[in-house]
Amino acid sequence: MKSLRFILPLLVFVVLLMFLWVGLSLNPREVPSPLVGKPAPAFQLARLDDPAKTLADKDLRGQVWLLNVWASWCVSCMEEHPVLVELSKQGVVPVYGLNYKDQPAAAQQWLARNGDPYTLSMVDPDGKVGIDYGVYGVPETYVIDKAGVIRYKQIGPVTPKVLSEHILPLVKRLQAS
Amino acid sequence: MRWLFALMLCWLPALGCAKEAPPVADDPVLEQRLMRLAKELRCLVCQNESLADSHAELATDLRDQIRDQMRAGRSDEQIKSWLTQRYGDFVLYRTPVKATTAMLWFGPFALLLAGLAGLVFYLRRRRARVSEPRLTPEERTRARALLQEPDPDAAGR
Repeated sequence: MKSLRFILPLLVFVVLLMFLWVGLSLNPREVPSPLVGKPAPAFQLARLDDPAKTLADKDLRGQVWLLNVWASWCVSCMEEHPVLVELSKQGVVPVYGLNYKDQPAAAQQWLARNGDPYTLSMVDPDGKVGIDYGVYGVPETYVIDKAGVIRYKQIGPVTPKVLSEHILPLVKRLQAS
Repeated sequence: MRWLFALMLCWLPALGCAKEAPPVADDPVLEQRLMRLAKELRCLVCQNESLADSHAELATDLRDQIRDQMRAGRSDEQIKSWLTQRYGDFVLYRTPVKATTAMLWFGPFALLLAGLAGLVFYLRRRRARVSEPRLTPEERTRARALLQEPDPDAAGR
């Protein structure tokens, strides 16, 4: 009974420490998306390379693909760009770009200068499709499976670590199923 | 010189309306309803600002979308669920009561109750420990004798 007097505060302290440890290491900027596990919102958008043609979400059914939201005005996109270019060279999974609230000319220039990792880019000039996908900060990347269901959302730049630890294993698993 | 003056005159009307006024006041009732709703919604970019206060571009876009939906006759509840489908409960400043948020809503009261229970338990135990000591009959008569003795200090006065 006497020893409880010392152990109990210590126990409370340890529990508090654990709560703080977990709580303070969370990033409040990363808002968990309610769309993970749900069908990807439908869209039909003009292509960046040829505005006369459009691309719809239905065209991409039957394959695992990445949707990368980017813009030429976005600074962090520069950071992840080499990672995406490298990924596109490997040809493991097609990356489709959603050019978010950008000027088409500026976007095309940006791709010409930095390399184009995208199978195709679509133009979302007023950000409406972005809102449907719950985009609130560019860049964001979605993994979408063969049935058109969102399986993963990366908020912020795709780093080599995120790619090798989360995205690529998931893509392999989805492609095998 | 005269033709220069004429040229300047031509420019005047253009200067008069250099910038288009933002389409805010065309329906004050709707605008008020929008602001009332937007105050309860969190901007995802500047997370400590409401959608009504934020100047972030996304906040402007979302306000435009909400305005369009209000014009289309959708209710506040419908608009809120439209937003939570995309951004989760995070956009709502008033967290809804459900299984995953039960801890948030009732946790503080549970802690308060636990604290009160602990306090009652502690006080009861303490009272038991410091309860008045029983006197033996001899001690009792001695105590009475001591109390009846004239106070030496009072006598000296």
